Amino acid sequence: MTSTSITPKKKNIFVRFFTMNTSGEASGRELPLWRQILLQVLTLIIVAQVMFPIMYVVTLSFSSESRRPSSLEIFPKEISLVAYKQVLDRPTANPVTFMELLRNSFTLSVGVGIVALVVAVTAAYAFSRFKFKMRQVLMILVFIPLLMPAIGLATPLFLLMNSFRVFDCGDGIIAIQPFLSCASTGKLLFNMRDSLLGVGIAMISGALPFAVWNLKGYLDTIPEELEEAAAIDGAGPNQVFFRIVLPLAAPQLAVTFFLGFIGHWQEFALPWLFLTKPQSYTLAMTLYNMTGQYANAIPWNRFAAMAIIVAAPVAVIYIALQKQIVSGLTLGGVKG
Amino acid sequence: MVSATAQMKIKKRSNLKRAIFPYLYLLPAFIVMSVITFYPLIYQVILSFTNFETKHLMLGMASPDLENVGIQNYKDIVTGGLPVQNFEFFRVLVYNIWWAVSNVAVHVPAGVFIAVLLNVKGLWFKRIYRAIYILPVVIPPIVVATVWRNIFDEQYGAMNQFLTMLATLFGDGDPVRIRWLFEYSPPISWLLPTGALPLAYYAMMIANFWLGWPFMTLVATGALQSIPGDLYEAAAIDGASNSQQFWRITVPLLRPAMVPAAIYGFTLSFNLFNFVYFMTGGGPARSTEILVTFAYDLVRNLRLYGVAAAFAVIVFFVALVVFLITNRMTRATESYSEI
Repeated sequence: MTSTSITPKKKNIFVRFFTMNTSGEASGRELPLWRQILLQVLTLIIVAQVMFPIMYVVTLSFSSESRRPSSLEIFPKEISLVAYKQVLDRPTANPVTFMELLRNSFTLSVGVGIVALVVAVTAAYAFSRFKFKMRQVLMILVFIPLLMPAIGLATPLFLLMNSFRVFDCGDGIIAIQPFLSCASTGKLLFNMRDSLLGVGIAMISGALPFAVWNLKGYLDTIPEELEEAAAIDGAGPNQVFFRIVLPLAAPQLAVTFFLGFIGHWQEFALPWLFLTKPQSYTLAMTLYNMTGQYANAIPWNRFAAMAIIVAAPVAVIYIALQKQIVSGLTLGGVKG
Repeated sequence: MVSATAQMKIKKRSNLKRAIFPYLYLLPAFIVMSVITFYPLIYQVILSFTNFETKHLMLGMASPDLENVGIQNYKDIVTGGLPVQNFEFFRVLVYNIWWAVSNVAVHVPAGVFIAVLLNVKGLWFKRIYRAIYILPVVIPPIVVATVWRNIFDEQYGAMNQFLTMLATLFGDGDPVRIRWLFEYSPPISWLLPTGALPLAYYAMMIANFWLGWPFMTLVATGALQSIPGDLYEAAAIDGASNSQQFWRITVPLLRPAMVPAAIYGFTLSFNLFNFVYFMTGGGPARSTEILVTFAYDLVRNLRLYGVAAAFAVIVFFVALVVFLITNRMTRATESYSEI
């Protein structure tokens, strides 16, 4: 069904990348000096290419200059935290604080991640361990959404969420569409589409198949002996699942959660489509607001500070979970 | 899949419970998916045959003036009958394929080259280089795209300032003012059968190159490590030159790892929504639009919900074709690596 051929066994690709021993003690040939110098020049050019945008944005973020840069600076002349302070104080012209943005981003990322995981884990176990009628058909049904680009269902989800609205009809009568409507036009109290809850539900639609796939791929690699032993000792299937499988799968549950978190943290398309109130904006949406046509008034040092703040949690998670994440990415990420 | 003996034991205990057990475990996922995936999928197909627009938002499908327009939306998309400027379906499709192909065609060789470079025996500071080269992988693409967008800014961007510095070195003091993301007249007037590529395409290639090659280096380094050193020693004894060793040993043995990585990169670039939307938003004049960004524009800005649904259905079939082809290619390399 899916391409699982990307070196599923090579779990530690990231770690090996750092630690693999290629220092050449095996064969006694030393690198001639002229070649060493040539290669060092090449590698340094690549370092410059990689570091250029990073140093550029770091330098900008530490600058107290609120005017746009007139000349190229890639080494900080000063370490000023003014831009960070301003971003934390009031990121954009919108009436929303940084803490609210952070809370919205976290609510969405964590909420979607946890719900997707809880719903996915039993299904992944069923697909991984049991033979039953319709197994193939049901698996294709679950995995078909993985083929679609992430925004493939944006239109119907937008319209369906938009049809869940709560109206105050006056006289203490409250109507919930689409089940009830006011006799005359009421006052709109709540629109599911324009809420974090609505966005979150829509995002689960994309996150769930990914979680099922990722967990099934991992459960497939756990040997079944323990489960068999427990079954022979008289454990029921539920006990096997909760006492044996879940604890064994715990590390992978965490990895799947964090992989999801990285994705949802950057989720832009659905929130940008659904949410209209600045109070429910996320950090990714704010970052978008700080560049391009909407950003004429935003000083670039503030934009740079914001970029670094948005990047920080993702970078930290990556570095903390290097080895697990790369295998998960290569196994699981066909989706854009 | 539980082994035969264990299965027998459990079977004896309770056949019925055993039979419904997997379905019970599938139930939560299927309940959730029927509400937020399967129902919307069906709703999408129904929508795609209607003229659903902003004015129908209030009453939804119950709107009295909502019409069934048959396959008109699909026809309009393919033949250019949409009330949208600068949109031709096949131009966008060809550009989208070219965008994905050209990215992979640059990232994979660059990634392999740098992996081989870092793999040279006796190279100094390897670990430092590896730690630095991996940085683009850990930074969120939306941040990368916004930063590069500012780098390519016409007036204050780092790229033009850098070029100005170079120009000053060669005695020309005029500030460079290239409109990287907004210049409409293409720098090279051919290249694609459906029209030339705008300057913004090249700017995006540069930015996405920064983002793309480190992942390929990561994969290639892992594969390089699994090539036994004896092969090279044997080849050297037989008098094979370095370049012969590279083409006859390294490249064939990297292939099983790099083909799936390239396919992954292709799929990723093909649907690279966030990056394209943050860099150019599909502009100028929709010349860097890919399928997913146009699909998004249809629902977010143009608000032609019926058309957007039809377009999403088309995009789904394009994605299905891409998947079937790439899946076949992956299978082909699987059997290759087993031989």
